[in-house]
Amino acid sequence: MVRVILPFHLRTLAKVDREVLVDVPGAVSVASVLEAVERSYPVLRGTIREHDTLKRRAFLRFFAAGEDISFDAADAELPASIASGQEPLMVVGAIAGG
Amino acid sequence: MSRVRVLVGTRKGAFVCTADGDRRDWKIEGPHFGGWEIYHMKASPVDPNRIFASQSSSWFGQMIQRSDDGGLTWDTPGSGPEELSAGDEMPQGESNKFTYDGTTGSHRWYDGTPHPWEFKRVWHLEPSLSDPDSVYAGVEDAALFQSKDAGRTWSELSGLRTHATGQDWQPGAGGMCLHTILIDPADEKRIWVAISAAGCFRSGDGGLTWKATNKGLVSEFMPSPEAEVGHCVHRIAFHPSKPETLYMQKHWDVMRSDDGGDHWYEVSGNLPSDFGFPIDVHAHEPETVYVVPILSDSLHYVPEGKLRVYRSKTGGNEWEPLTKGLPQENCYTNILRDAMCVDSLDDCGVYFGTTGGQVYCSPDGGDHWSAIAEHLPAVLSVEVQTLN
Repeated sequence: MVRVILPFHLRTLAKVDREVLVDVPGAVSVASVLEAVERSYPVLRGTIREHDTLKRRAFLRFFAAGEDISFDAADAELPASIASGQEPLMVVGAIAGG
Repeated sequence: MSRVRVLVGTRKGAFVCTADGDRRDWKIEGPHFGGWEIYHMKASPVDPNRIFASQSSSWFGQMIQRSDDGGLTWDTPGSGPEELSAGDEMPQGESNKFTYDGTTGSHRWYDGTPHPWEFKRVWHLEPSLSDPDSVYAGVEDAALFQSKDAGRTWSELSGLRTHATGQDWQPGAGGMCLHTILIDPADEKRIWVAISAAGCFRSGDGGLTWKATNKGLVSEFMPSPEAEVGHCVHRIAFHPSKPETLYMQKHWDVMRSDDGGDHWYEVSGNLPSDFGFPIDVHAHEPETVYVVPILSDSLHYVPEGKLRVYRSKTGGNEWEPLTKGLPQENCYTNILRDAMCVDSLDDCGVYFGTTGGQVYCSPDGGDHWSAIAEHLPAVLSVEVQTLN
């Protein structure tokens, strides 16, 4: 199972705890993990990536194994530590405020 | 005994306020959707316990929420426990999918160059007057959408966006938003919408085709002040029994039409400023109108530090300030376009919310005011339901 950490507002929306576990068939990439997240939590469709283009929403970033992978190809394979569930894929919202 | 339910959308969540017909003792529930912008909430007139809410965020985009129990519990349409267990292949996760129909095309950007239409958020939800599953959504960038399945899926009524003038529409400072939807109770296919900064449009066929209805509007900031489109209409309103008489708060000028929008004339009269956002009509007196003037488009707060609602009992031109119970010094707040409404009790209640987080109620048509809430986040919208 792949572990995914969602930002506060998406956890509230999906009514889940800090971390969700998803079964990802085949190669583990940002695209396949998000597909699995959206399958399990349909309410999140359109909130992390746009509906039709599947483009990452501008104020969100993806981190894996300590690296910002937001600009990598969405179908690039994620590190083994993410695929094995040793570490989580993190979806992080931009920090803003005064 | 009758009671009222006030739906308050704010920058940081939704609040549901209830009171009996006296409208003096209020119970406030919320915040629902804490931390999210709630641009608008409105209930179905057919099923008063069905409330639609527009929830949005710059981070996560648009959500549509629906309550079927008067605001106690909420779900994104299509994902409620009963709907998920129904197993009838209902769409899931599409209640926030607003996709423009066909070729998107472009409108005019701030600098005059063509700019592609981009969906940003839902500004206004207008439930059908006869079908609890049908609801319109006015969105930014300006377009009209409709759901016929209680918010689960949305389709654009693209005849508006593809109007011959669409390529000339331009955003105002707040974005290019479709913020007002009025439905004629006598003929539900007759619909008016208002767009900043394009103007007012009318459909006679349920939203398939549209006519620009801006004759008489004069906007000095435009190269052609009397052009067919480009006017920054802030809000329009009518009395349901008299839909031919429309009132408008424009960027500057309070306007009136007596022919369903075909021609407009100014009724700003003795207002201290004819700039403002909201406008509404008394529930039982079609010629009694309310506005809340603010100083100017550069100074988005009320004049002289005094929060004054202005009432005209003559359909415009002659206005009187309503001040009892409202702050009359050191007040520098604004009242946004969807943040004023009236109930249908006798006396008519008038409500408005401020960017300072206050929600006020007058249970006697504006003569006396008191605060329902004083320390909410900035108020974006206020709607009221009269419940029996």
